[in-house]
Amino acid sequence: METAEKTVTPFTSKELVTDQEVRWCPGCGDYSILKQVQTVVPELGLNREEIVFISGIGCSSRFPYYMETYGMHSIHGRATAIASGLKATRPELSVWIVTGDGDSLSIGGNHFIHLLRRNFDVNVLLFNNEIYGLTKGQYSPTSEKGKITKSTPMGSVDHPFNPLAVVMGADGTFVARAMDRDPIQLRTVLKRAHQHKGTSLVEIYQNCNVFNDGAFEVFTEKSTKADETLFAEHGQPLIFGAAKDKGLILDGFQPKVVSLSEVSANDLWIHDERDRTKANMLVRMFDDPSREGHFPRPFGIFYVEDRFTYEEAYQQQLKEARDRKGEGDLDALLSGNNTWVVE
Amino acid sequence: MENNTLLATEATILFAGDSGDGIQLTGDQFTNTTALYGNDLSTFPNFPAEIRAPQGTLAGVSGFQIKFGSTEVFTPGDRCDMLVVMNAAALKANLKQLKPGGIIIANTEGFDAKNLRLARYAEGVNPLEDGSLETYKLFKIDVTRLTKATLEGSGLGTKEIDRTKNMFVLGFIYWIYNRSLDTTIRFIEQKFAKRPEIVEANIKTLKAGYNYGDTSETFMQRVEIRPAQIAPGRYRNINGNPATAMGLIAAAKKSGLNLFLGSYPITPASDILHELSKYKHFGVGTFQAEDEIAAICAAIGASFGGSLAVTTSSGPGIALKTEAIGLAIMLELPLVIVNVQRGGPSTGLPTKTEQADLLQAVYGRNGEAPLPVIAAKSPADCFFAAFEACRIAIEHRTPVFFLSDGYLANGAEPWRFPSAADLPEIKPNILNSAPAEGEKFLPYRRDEKLARPWAVPGVKGLEHRIGGLEKEHETGNISYDPENHEFMVKLRAERVEKVADYIGPQTLDQGPEKGKLLVLGWGSTYGAIKTAVKTALDEGYSVAHAHVRYIHPFPKNLESVLRNYDHVLIPEMNNGQLVRIIRDRFLIPAEGFSKIKGIPFTAEELLTKIKTLA
Repeated sequence: METAEKTVTPFTSKELVTDQEVRWCPGCGDYSILKQVQTVVPELGLNREEIVFISGIGCSSRFPYYMETYGMHSIHGRATAIASGLKATRPELSVWIVTGDGDSLSIGGNHFIHLLRRNFDVNVLLFNNEIYGLTKGQYSPTSEKGKITKSTPMGSVDHPFNPLAVVMGADGTFVARAMDRDPIQLRTVLKRAHQHKGTSLVEIYQNCNVFNDGAFEVFTEKSTKADETLFAEHGQPLIFGAAKDKGLILDGFQPKVVSLSEVSANDLWIHDERDRTKANMLVRMFDDPSREGHFPRPFGIFYVEDRFTYEEAYQQQLKEARDRKGEGDLDALLSGNNTWVVE
Repeated sequence: MENNTLLATEATILFAGDSGDGIQLTGDQFTNTTALYGNDLSTFPNFPAEIRAPQGTLAGVSGFQIKFGSTEVFTPGDRCDMLVVMNAAALKANLKQLKPGGIIIANTEGFDAKNLRLARYAEGVNPLEDGSLETYKLFKIDVTRLTKATLEGSGLGTKEIDRTKNMFVLGFIYWIYNRSLDTTIRFIEQKFAKRPEIVEANIKTLKAGYNYGDTSETFMQRVEIRPAQIAPGRYRNINGNPATAMGLIAAAKKSGLNLFLGSYPITPASDILHELSKYKHFGVGTFQAEDEIAAICAAIGASFGGSLAVTTSSGPGIALKTEAIGLAIMLELPLVIVNVQRGGPSTGLPTKTEQADLLQAVYGRNGEAPLPVIAAKSPADCFFAAFEACRIAIEHRTPVFFLSDGYLANGAEPWRFPSAADLPEIKPNILNSAPAEGEKFLPYRRDEKLARPWAVPGVKGLEHRIGGLEKEHETGNISYDPENHEFMVKLRAERVEKVADYIGPQTLDQGPEKGKLLVLGWGSTYGAIKTAVKTALDEGYSVAHAHVRYIHPFPKNLESVLRNYDHVLIPEMNNGQLVRIIRDRFLIPAEGFSKIKGIPFTAEELLTKIKTLA
């Protein structure tokens, strides 16, 4: 492993653009996410050649072809597994996984949870559009029950995943939610995701304007956004609303929406991204916006934990074995401990 | 040795007992001692299907067969000269393996009423007492009682004492063949280093077994089998799975790459994972993945990063990896896929051997997806075949199938191992600099082997994207162009065929260059075919033996070799797979010969068949 201080050659956002024509549908939320990633990555103090984007299959998985870094567009659901092998053996690389709700939560669900459990130091951008776009409009594991699609003309009967609840369940160490239409928040979260040592999981609400247009409208439209969303900031009270007049309190173990005219801001729930119990409550705040008295949908960084990464432990064992036994001697291996000579 | 010692050229012993009786350990110890003594040998462990089947039942019988001799030995023997049975079930399951007039050594305690019932002998029937074994030489020993007597006052519990009874048997067999106890004593001292009382008990029992031969009047004759006259050199004993692991490590060393194994436990391949995980000081990283798919995908990721990447599995696991193998073919990255074949289809016969995944290896993917396929022919050959698979994978930038099977994996033979210096260097040629100013890096431009550059992340100026979508020639950009697709499909086939330029010609193992019959084998049938053809040649038949290591692509001269004979016979432990490929490829009327019983061919079966054609 490199120990010498590395020299960084700065690069611009423009240098991250490839010669490939971007092929997403006009108006797709992916454009904004690509733009924010290309804006943030040059600010991270990385050399361009040490960056690798790995994707699976789906609309979002075209992403690596548009990033002038190393990249792999792999097979459905397996980007997480491929990234695991790369990161274990090349821990110095900055590895980014681009995936979607179908790719990571359906066909790649197994690798997804094991990546989180092992806590490889990679960044996962989970584009959630609650639909299968590339295969032209079937429901996904995050589509709401009753969703009418080509494969569910009478409505889907599946109960959907709450992606971040899955991530918390798999012991993710960086759990965040952002949206394609809020570039400032998205960039903030992406930067923090990169800085976190461990698997950083960023769920990004992404509008599929062809097959599931408006799925997140209530969270993204100016007229409703302020009342329907809450951006959690570490150390700050959980306040939301167009007039910043609403907040969350914890009544025992029960979160409650309160009006700031009745409760002082000092008594509100102060967001602590190191608090696993409260993070579990925040990610579980997953109300149907049409329900009377529902909670706002939280965004931001919900949970951060410092835990050893897989590749650190893996590389440490390789080093320890060499320290203890010396560099392996092939001749000693080939002969083993019991040999005899035939004259 | 005493004068009443019989001099023999070879012997086959089958140790059988309950899976808890330590049969495999007994067999391994006898093998190591026999190997060190200088006999040539071949072994065949036969595991019960269940991990711990109920004690005393037929399902729980574990077997270990060894053939050893003062002449060359190529198979673990068709039938055995001596059957050592620890209980009634072991006798019942294996008696048919014993030669007429052969020796049975039976532990009488394993033939009590309960054991007889569990072995499904009729009420009141005890084969040791009813005369049904009178055509054999039967030796009854109350091993349990003798072991107890030996360890009386040792302070050990009944269970612990009982566990040493295999040492009594082993000691007794050592006496018969006049073998030194040293190797086994050393083994016991190492294995139980933390429990001196167990070391002492095992050694005491081992010696008691040996002395029992001397002092009791039970046995008539000791047997002497002198060291074999085999090629001079330094030897060790080796099983197929460890040999495979060593071949992979050696290839990593000779290529200067780190070895990465992505694997998921599966019988009978798991031992390669266990073995490789011991060698971290060789820079060997092992990743026990969450499933078979993750195992190969992690290997692909490691290969992209510049490691020598390997995934190991068996048939059902290989099926799961199929899509990722296709990806590796498109990415044109080095990858070795080890299939330790077992009985199929589906879960099939996990602990039994078969060669039925050949067509899966050669053809079993979506689209036109060719890759090189290499098969090992013996436990020691697993080393060379695995090394060769790595060489081709690295230098030709392609996934390579390495086929072993359960028989090779667990079988053992003496191995005149090479020195590290004897092994060829492997040249990875990983690109370490950007193209000249003004030139564009073309990730799919090819060298004389038609291999594309191996450009790993971290090198400035070589940033590029690869993926599973069809590639444009040279640029590697996504391309749906019809002409390009056809061109690329043919190019991928051509570059695999190109491997044939870098392998040796097909040679004959033995027999005349022209004649009536050629027996063409692949994989673990080697020993049985070799033995059968040798006998047929001795008897004057016109027969030769060729064994193919490179199944895809074939050596360039294979067709001309085949056409030198009136008949080509292809014995396989499957329903006829190589024979289909040979017929398809060369339009010759090769004849298949199948055995699909989860056990290897016997030389006798093959000889009978050979005589009908030669």
